[in-house]
Amino acid sequence: MFAGFMINTWATATIVAVVAGVVGYFVVLRGSAFPAHAIPKGAFAGAAGASLLGISTLIGLAVFSLLGALAIGTLGRRGRNDVATALTLVMMLALGAAFLSRTTQYEPEIYSLLFGEILGVSTSQILPTAALGIVCIAAIAVLYRPLLLTSVVPEIAEARGVRSYRTEIAFLIVLALATTMTVPVVGALLMFSLMIGPPAAARSLTSRPGLAMALSVAIALITIWAAIAASYLYNWPIGFFVGVLAALSYGAGRAWAARRRIRPAAVPPPQPAMDRA
Amino acid sequence: MHQLLRAVFGPGFFASPQVHVAVSIGAVVAVVSAVTGVFTVMRGQSFAGHALGDVSAAGGSGALLLGLTPLPGFVGAGIAGAGVMDMIGVQRLRGRDLATGIVLGVAIGCSALFLYLGTTSGSTTGATQQILFGSIFTTTPGTVAAVAVLGVVALASIAAIARPLLLSTLSPDIAAARGAPVRLAGLLFMLALAVSVALSALAIGAILSTALLIGPAAAALRVTKTLPRALVTACLTGVAATWLGILLAYDSYYWGSGHQILPVSFFVVAIIFATYLVAGLPAARAARRRPGPGRGVTHEPAAAAGMGARCSRAS
Repeated sequence: MFAGFMINTWATATIVAVVAGVVGYFVVLRGSAFPAHAIPKGAFAGAAGASLLGISTLIGLAVFSLLGALAIGTLGRRGRNDVATALTLVMMLALGAAFLSRTTQYEPEIYSLLFGEILGVSTSQILPTAALGIVCIAAIAVLYRPLLLTSVVPEIAEARGVRSYRTEIAFLIVLALATTMTVPVVGALLMFSLMIGPPAAARSLTSRPGLAMALSVAIALITIWAAIAASYLYNWPIGFFVGVLAALSYGAGRAWAARRRIRPAAVPPPQPAMDRA
Repeated sequence: MHQLLRAVFGPGFFASPQVHVAVSIGAVVAVVSAVTGVFTVMRGQSFAGHALGDVSAAGGSGALLLGLTPLPGFVGAGIAGAGVMDMIGVQRLRGRDLATGIVLGVAIGCSALFLYLGTTSGSTTGATQQILFGSIFTTTPGTVAAVAVLGVVALASIAAIARPLLLSTLSPDIAAARGAPVRLAGLLFMLALAVSVALSALAIGAILSTALLIGPAAAALRVTKTLPRALVTACLTGVAATWLGILLAYDSYYWGSGHQILPVSFFVVAIIFATYLVAGLPAARAARRRPGPGRGVTHEPAAAAGMGARCSRAS
């Protein structure tokens, strides 16, 4: 499991989990689950287009995820957000279908782009992944305060002069960058699970933003490491394990929060008699 | 005249049995989707509407793996997914999106597993693409009947709960105060949505399913003021886009020299997307004409005026 060819996998998965944990925290906080699903899923059409034109898949992914983010942002400004996201997604997928109908050699690649091919990461993929990951984390660090303000208390954000529309667009672009970086490695659909389950679990454990983000990264790391190990041992696709584990972590978080609510923290746990003696 | 008709409808368009099936199944699905879609858009549940397509597709590939026909898998998984979403989703919009996302994540994981197991045991190689996109031209006449029956079931259940559903959509507080079964109406609507989406995902594929559910309804809600008009406009838009898309896809065989057809889904989605953009023009122009503090945060004025839909957005 820790053989030479697996080192790349462990390294990339770690980068991906850190980015997913940090970006995902804001995805959950802002209720942007739909864009977080739509941008990666739609972006894979860009990969199909790039393969049709004979250029690098990464360029196709980048162009389509950025276009998708901008379309969701601008259409959502005037109409309903979820409608704008849905229509942008189907438009990108329809373009993907049109591209795929023009090429015949692409078929086996679809599966890996959607569901990930993490067990075959090459060394040349690590550097771009790490670079884009650092860009994403840096962007979140710069946007931290406006993002938090517009997500939690939009009225105060507006009063303080934070431009909520610009913040939204900037956040969608960060999502697009995270997508470009992860789709070739872990697949469009797996990244979505990682950006929803662990942060949601972390949010139900604590309401402090910094701690929640740290917890979110930790849970994302555990989820993807466990998924790689399980995938290696049982030879089932990693997407299955990530999807199920992410949902389980969310369920566990909810159960923990519910248990804590029933037994208020004010009541001290009974001390065993032996300790006092 | 004859020349013109021949130019518009490619040779053999009306004689092709495949076209007959596609046209009839497309119309049924477009009408069911448009009616369900108007409520989906008003309730802000587009994500659930899209996700249920993927969830039911996971059920379909699971059923194929077990050697069953896909239909029970599609409908069963769709209904189960809708039930779980409703169960874990709190009433707030953000919580609902999260619940949808969690269910969707599990469904996608299961899809990955089923497809993997399916390909290793040597079934069709086009399975991934089939489940991702679907194809209206490959539907068999046998599915038309099943789709029609399920479509009637979905429409009948929505008609039965239309009043409490509309009230709880527009103003949940008033509905609750009047003793309307808000929670039950929401759950029943989710189940109807699941059936509607499952059958459209099976018949025409995941892309078109979402496009026909959301696009015509959203465009109609932008230009109409009352619910009946919105429903009729959405149905007409959906059917027109579907038929025009089928025609263009058929004709695309004769475009250029390659003799390859472009997918139906591409044309239908492009038409729907353009319709949605055009439907937004009057409101955009009105917003530009009266500049003021409200600029840039248009609350879909056309729909809001007649139906009080602003409540549905604020919820």
